[in-house]
Amino acid sequence: MTELTKQDRPGHPMVKAEGVRKSYGQVEVLKGIDLEVRQGEVFCLIGPSGSGKSTFLRCINHLEKINGGFLSVDGELVGYRQKGDRLYELKDREVAVKRQDIGMVFQRFNLFPHMTALQNIVEAPVQVKGESRAEAKQRGMALLERVGLADKADSYPSQLSGGQQQRVAIARALAMKPKLMLFDEPTSALDPELVGDVLDVMRDLAREGMTMIVVTHEMGFAREVGDALVFMDGGVVVESGHPREVLTNPQHERTRAFLSKVL
Amino acid sequence: MNSPDQGVVEQPARPENIKAVPVRHPGRWAGAVVIAVLLAMLLHALFYNKAFQWDVVGKYLFDSSITHGLVVTLELTALSMVMGLVGGVLLAVMRLSPNPLLSGTAWLYIWIFRGTPVLVQLVFWNFLGALWPTLSIGIPFGPEFWSESTNTLIPVFTAALLGLGLNEAAYMAEIVRGGIQSVDEGQSEASHALGMSRFTTMRRIVLPQAMRVIIPPTGNETISMLKTTSLVSVIALEELFRAGQNIYSRTFETIPLLITVSLWYLFLTSVLTIGQYYVERYYARGSNRALPPTPIQRIRALFQGRHTPPAPPVVNPGVHGGGNFS
Ligand SMILES: Nc1ncnc2c1ncn2[C@@H]1O[C@H](COP(=O)(O)OP(=O)(O)OP(=O)(O)O)[C@@H](O)[C@H]1O
Ligand SMILES: [Mg+2]
Repeated sequence: MTELTKQDRPGHPMVKAEGVRKSYGQVEVLKGIDLEVRQGEVFCLIGPSGSGKSTFLRCINHLEKINGGFLSVDGELVGYRQKGDRLYELKDREVAVKRQDIGMVFQRFNLFPHMTALQNIVEAPVQVKGESRAEAKQRGMALLERVGLADKADSYPSQLSGGQQQRVAIARALAMKPKLMLFDEPTSALDPELVGDVLDVMRDLAREGMTMIVVTHEMGFAREVGDALVFMDGGVVVESGHPREVLTNPQHERTRAFLSKVL
Repeated sequence: MNSPDQGVVEQPARPENIKAVPVRHPGRWAGAVVIAVLLAMLLHALFYNKAFQWDVVGKYLFDSSITHGLVVTLELTALSMVMGLVGGVLLAVMRLSPNPLLSGTAWLYIWIFRGTPVLVQLVFWNFLGALWPTLSIGIPFGPEFWSESTNTLIPVFTAALLGLGLNEAAYMAEIVRGGIQSVDEGQSEASHALGMSRFTTMRRIVLPQAMRVIIPPTGNETISMLKTTSLVSVIALEELFRAGQNIYSRTFETIPLLITVSLWYLFLTSVLTIGQYYVERYYARGSNRALPPTPIQRIRALFQGRHTPPAPPVVNPGVHGGGNFS
């Protein structure tokens, strides 16, 4: 078990993972992940390429099925329903319902290119929650305002810079009023001078109390905003703790080696 | 950064507008002359050869049986393309489904309908009555609830439609499948992450983007279908070609009637080509930063004084930190 779960951090557990395993065919990518993310926390995930960070995020959001262990979001099992002693796999439709509460932001933005910024934001609330278009548009404009892009409502993604696209993507995820946000290297595909804008938006979100799991290489952001940090390597959690502790005083050799490369 | 005349390099004066002799293309001119001469010879051969009987062509161009055949051709083309498109989307989605029963069925369908000639399929549907004189609904080997003579149920127009439409669906399925697979995985991932179902994701996110890839070959299929309908003449449905045939088998004015019919086909394919251009433009929205002007817009710009052609609206791509209002 990690030090993180022993620390008495406030808030009830939003994400709980115990011995989570995931394989693709013969290759085991996650080899027993233990961690706990509390409500309202900014939880940072770092680690070298291929260590399984994205895979773990995708498991939380039901985009991948886990092969072993226990994983729950807000007290509910991911991908299964428990009835008595038995586990029942969820149907596609039930999985889709669970995903509504979890926002996800991708490294490559993945905005819908055939829709304007506003249409991107409006789409899911209208299609999934049956919100009226007028209402969704109004909320969409407010969200665009919040990420500083009110003037870009009618622009297509191809007409926006990377940083602007990523902020629209964040607004799009927020439109579903999620209780948990997953960020998979949200700034890695951006030019350095555009990173700040996206991090500003994320900082605001954290201040408002959003629970966030952030896979990032932005150690400055992790140190400043993060409440907890986990270093993963080879499909296991190597070290965890408060970001300032781990980043300034890493206990494990592998952590030290990794940090010396990225810092 | 975006003011280029801050003059980092000290230059006495900005360079003057370039005055250079444009590259000459003598080869093009020579080629154009040769082609013009050949074209004149061809036109001469066409119009001064009595065998073409241009007056007969003109006489039959708007003949009532020809125009009636024309309508049938158009109906057949439109309906079988609709059948093809709907069936094609259905088959493509089935083919890509994780359900082995669905994908297997789609595979079998495509295998059969793409593997046999359309002409054979047409004749087959027409002769269905000979194979099964009545069609009925009931329990196999058990009681029948309803039955009807096959020939009443499948008149020749329906047989033609089945032959063309079902065959087209097999081809469209492959086109649509290619289109769906051309859409980046991240798109359905993002859509699923927002809680959209597989069906909504397909309808709202994947298919609209696949359209850009699907439309151009579909246009070709439509144009090809317009001409393929002439095969239907073998099952004695009077469409455009058959209408022409009927006339020349009476009057022996074979060549002029073939020309009449060809002129109509040519006209219709031209109209379709123009339609295709605009449909493609519609589905290209969002993919280009600015669409180039249409030919009509270009011509209009030409007549509205000598303004240089309308420059595409400038979007400021990078805007370094330009939107930082947060
Ligand atoms: N769909 C898949 N099929 C097979 N192997 C996969 C698949 N997705 C990921 N992997 C493998 O799983 C391992 C972990 O991948 P993952 O994307 O989670 O790493 P990561 O920590 O996010 O790395 P990065 O920092 O490069 O994004 C990699 O070795 C990768 O090759
Ligand atoms: Mg990754």
